Amino acid sequence: MSKASAYGSVLALGAALGALPLATESNVLLNFLIFLLIVAVAATGWNLLGGYGGQFSFGHAAFFGTGAYGMAILQERAGLNAWAALPIAIALGAAVGRVIGVLAFRARLRGSYFALVTLAFAEVLRILANVLPMTGGAAGILIRLRIDPWHFQFADRRVFYWVALGFLVGALLLVRAMERCRFGAWLVAVRENEDAACALGVDTVAVKVAAITLSAAITAAAGCLYAQKFLYLDAAIAYGPWISVEALLAPVIGGAGTVFGPVLGALVLLGLGELTKAWIGTLTGGAVPGVDLVLFGVLLILCVAFAPRGILGLLSRLRFGLRWARS
Amino acid sequence: MGTLLTVENVTVRFGGLVAVDRASFTVAESTITGLIGPNGAGKTTLFAVVSGFLAPQQGRIVFAGADVTREPVHVRARRGIARTFQIVQPFAGLSVRENIAVGAYLRHRDRADALAEADRVACRVGLDRLLHLPAAALTVAGRKRLELARALATRPRLLLLDEVLAGLNPSELRDVLPIIRAIRDEGVTILMVEHVMQAVMSLCEHVHVLAQGRLLAQGTPAEIARDPRVIEAYLGHGAAQRLGSGASGHA
Repeated sequence: MSKASAYGSVLALGAALGALPLATESNVLLNFLIFLLIVAVAATGWNLLGGYGGQFSFGHAAFFGTGAYGMAILQERAGLNAWAALPIAIALGAAVGRVIGVLAFRARLRGSYFALVTLAFAEVLRILANVLPMTGGAAGILIRLRIDPWHFQFADRRVFYWVALGFLVGALLLVRAMERCRFGAWLVAVRENEDAACALGVDTVAVKVAAITLSAAITAAAGCLYAQKFLYLDAAIAYGPWISVEALLAPVIGGAGTVFGPVLGALVLLGLGELTKAWIGTLTGGAVPGVDLVLFGVLLILCVAFAPRGILGLLSRLRFGLRWARS
Repeated sequence: MGTLLTVENVTVRFGGLVAVDRASFTVAESTITGLIGPNGAGKTTLFAVVSGFLAPQQGRIVFAGADVTREPVHVRARRGIARTFQIVQPFAGLSVRENIAVGAYLRHRDRADALAEADRVACRVGLDRLLHLPAAALTVAGRKRLELARALATRPRLLLLDEVLAGLNPSELRDVLPIIRAIRDEGVTILMVEHVMQAVMSLCEHVHVLAQGRLLAQGTPAEIARDPRVIEAYLGHGAAQRLGSGASGHA
């Protein structure tokens, strides 16, 4: 792939998504799209470590929540400006990623052991956030309503949408750049065969630690967006398993280890989730909580059975098959 | 010619089993040295010790004057020790070109440089027509070449070849032997574990024979082929007498 098409495709997707709010004034749709963007950013973070590095984390909530709480606490407890808090909150998320990475990868944890350790860290952080006074404990923490771009709060939802889209495009460009550099090649080599990578001079522990740090930073940025969008956090939201699950499912369904997989996966996952909720709602005359989770489970099973490389993997296989059939 | 690699008194035990027992030998710079022996003699284990995948219980490894016994695998690779795997370990999901590029990145930071180096190395080992195939699509012979190419792309000083010729048919063998010789001619020292005796005889300047974890004999291929202890280690008691004339004729 040429350099122009590699980065151009990301920018084209950004432009197309950027034009969406011009076509609609619907607040319901805009809210959905903003939430979609936040999940897509978190999933892009997961994809860097899980999709490219083959290290499946079940606990990306640890990074998402640290970004979100960092944003809230730095503003409300330390009195920082929101834009100043943003890079610090992202750095805090990255630091949590680094610590988990150093501990887990130095101890040579792989596969399901690594997944369980990340899950455990996220759960410990959730329990801590639920009791510590700094995080507001079980009551949660509110970010004061100050609608002003200076405070990262916008009167117009569309502006927030474009800011969130900027985050997503930035994250996707970062992943694309990584794909095309030495670090990316080494990371993929670690995923494919750690011993062989090692024999070729790859410091596999250092590569994995760098990957989880970057991955955590991106997912923390999604947490920052969440905090500024909803202006309220509690432990179950920020460190809850829901975001670990969605950050993992979106790339797996869309196509792990591809730039656009997490975005496509988030769209399919959340889109079908909302449609199902609405449909079941009209059928039963009331909301059925958790019905979208049932659907996620079904999607995951279908994906593992029929498209182990996600939707994008399935598409490229079909395209290859067609070309083969024609020739 | 100087000594590039010194293996000193190396012992490796797996529980009660002594896989390598106080093995000592040296490899001279810019030569092809063979390491042969019957199955289970400890050749691959010794390779793992030299490349850093296994820590010996005793003994040390000196490479280009530096004691590398305690260094991890990737540090030794940076020093210039590259290995291939007996059971090939391709990055199955990547193309042939990307596979080789992973090795080339060790000496090239830039993507364009690494890919260009991968193309050059692929040419040298005869993979240039298969660059864009997924590694998983290669035949056994192709995968062996890929192992060789990836290791070569790291620009090694010492290349450890673990049965890269096993499983090749005679015509493939004829193609690969000149490639290995050409690598040596460019100044890369080669230590090879090999069962294909025809190749060992024609390639190696010096051969070490390992049997049951111990170094049994060493010398030129011709000397080794005549050595009755070696023949018996391979073929059992009494075989030396029957084959004596055949081996000398072969050399």
